[in-house]
Amino acid sequence: MTGHEFIELLANPTFWIAVLRIATPLILGTLGVLLCERAGVLNLGIEGIMVAGAFTGWLAVYGGAPLWLGVVVAAGTGGLLGLLHAFLTVGLALSQHVSGLGITMLATALSYYGYRVSFPKVATPPTITPFAEMDWLGLPILAQQTPLTLLALLLVPLIAYMLYRTPLGLAVRMVGENPQAAEGQGVPVVAVRTGAIVAGSALMGVAGAFLTLSAFNAFFFNMVNGRGWICVALVVFASWRPGKALLGALLFAFFDALQLRLQQSGGALLPYQMYLMLPYVLSIVALILVARKASYPQALMKPYRKGER
Amino acid sequence: MRLEKRSQSSTLALALAPVGAVIFTLIVCSLLVLWAGAPVGQAYALLLKGGFGSVFALSETLTRAIPLMLTGLAATVAFKARLFNIGAEGQLYVGALAAVAVGGLHDGTGWALPPALLFVLMMLAAALAGALLLLGPALMKARLGVDEVVTTLLLNFIVLLFVSMMLDGPMKDPLAMGWPQSVALLDDLTLGKLIAQTRVHTGLLWGGALAVGLWALMKFTVLGFNIRAVGANARAAAFAGVPVTRTVVLVAMLSGALAGLAGAIEVAGRTGYLTLDMSPGYGYTGIVIAMLAGLHPLGAVAASIFVAGVLVGADSMSRVIGVPTYIADVIVAASLISVLVATLLTQYRARWK
Repeated sequence: MTGHEFIELLANPTFWIAVLRIATPLILGTLGVLLCERAGVLNLGIEGIMVAGAFTGWLAVYGGAPLWLGVVVAAGTGGLLGLLHAFLTVGLALSQHVSGLGITMLATALSYYGYRVSFPKVATPPTITPFAEMDWLGLPILAQQTPLTLLALLLVPLIAYMLYRTPLGLAVRMVGENPQAAEGQGVPVVAVRTGAIVAGSALMGVAGAFLTLSAFNAFFFNMVNGRGWICVALVVFASWRPGKALLGALLFAFFDALQLRLQQSGGALLPYQMYLMLPYVLSIVALILVARKASYPQALMKPYRKGER
Repeated sequence: MRLEKRSQSSTLALALAPVGAVIFTLIVCSLLVLWAGAPVGQAYALLLKGGFGSVFALSETLTRAIPLMLTGLAATVAFKARLFNIGAEGQLYVGALAAVAVGGLHDGTGWALPPALLFVLMMLAAALAGALLLLGPALMKARLGVDEVVTTLLLNFIVLLFVSMMLDGPMKDPLAMGWPQSVALLDDLTLGKLIAQTRVHTGLLWGGALAVGLWALMKFTVLGFNIRAVGANARAAAFAGVPVTRTVVLVAMLSGALAGLAGAIEVAGRTGYLTLDMSPGYGYTGIVIAMLAGLHPLGAVAASIFVAGVLVGADSMSRVIGVPTYIADVIVAASLISVLVATLLTQYRARWK
């Protein structure tokens, strides 16, 4: 791609429409991880929760529910799986790594099992009518997105406000930094952590539902394809701030959209796998770049048992 | 509810915890079997028969257990030192890739090495490839504080794409009718069969020997002591003079090498060539095996045979009564979670106030 072609690409609105579309599940997922980690709990269940949200949301709509009810179902599925993660990591103070991986495996396997039980012998995946573009909005680029993108964008300031301007947000940050001190101030640590994990996991469920209810119109195996893990990396890159999370997701989506274009235009230049690798390589590079100054929530991954140090 | 630490936990309870957890899991999963419209008793009977009920079933289970045993050991040693290596899947594939690359250097390419030497080089290359792949994340963790979970997970995707690139390009078998697969290994380089007319190969003995070796290493050597000390409390270990970074790096090399060998042994013992669907997630299942075994190397042997039996048995059960094979993945994942809880209950007592 020459410099001239590159500038032409940047001036092309369809490119930016693609960027925002690719960014949407990452924004939702990253906000979900952010909520959990701000409260001091790593949630590696995200990859599986996204699969489960994508499946149950789609299944509800396929069964006749309105699209928004599908989104609610996906959020509920995420919330339930989050509750399980909270029970294991907060209630029982088990390893957050292992519990999260267990939930990813369980949620993925359950979704695939459920899909095969519901559709034992289908050659082509059954489809639904996904969310329509918001033509009524009258704004460039945003009008070509679906309402879930708008929801994701609105959630960024909302969660930032909640975290930094409300007593609830203060409580969430406190239990993530110093649960002993929070307990001393009368903050119910277990309840706040559980609430944050359930809310964060619900967002992850919606992130998955975006794939089946907006981006595509069917459920495929392996459709989440590491997006959840990328969200876990993006949160570190964003130093646990909602605004930066949005920025990180957009930046990431920019490179992903760019590699797609490069694949299509100058495809013969390099094997296509090199382009597909780019997002994962970039995530690792981003982690290395911010590693030195990353300020993890102090109590992240530290289980809290009342009265035990 | 609050948890109260038990003053001592009985060895019997500790040994029975995984068994109880698995039984609990099977009871819960019977609801899913009912959902698929199949009789629970018959489904589990068929699963048991398909996994362990005949010489053929057992041979298939043992064949499947070999890669799982090795990835299980890879997870065991890493998790013992609290190095969360989730990248065994990628390490398995680079191991397999290195094995077919080195194994392909035979007379036709001007490298007239005796097959025995080439075989040794092939296995060493696989172990080295796996070890080097984990060395990066381990060093990034030790030097920069980058969480190894995310880096090893992301590397799995990168490695799979890299292998796909190699099998589409320089390492593609030109005679494979366009399928992305490597040139098959020469017969001299493949592992012998353990039982005639089955697929069980001598890789099983390798797996068993490596498990015993790892157990001895953990129990009788200074490195083993250091690994346990770093895993129990890295800061206290450093204070007591344990070289923490060096131990973590050695653990990473060991864990990566075991996963790399899993790939090489799978190629040399079962498939003969490398394809992109060689491993249905053996790297990830290895973590379940390590946890089911309570991070005990010899327990990993038993756990891998159990998990392989569930996977193989579910395949055959599915063919008979149509319960989707994914039931096996559900059982394996749910066993992981229930074994975690069961082990906790051997150390803590739940008090309802």
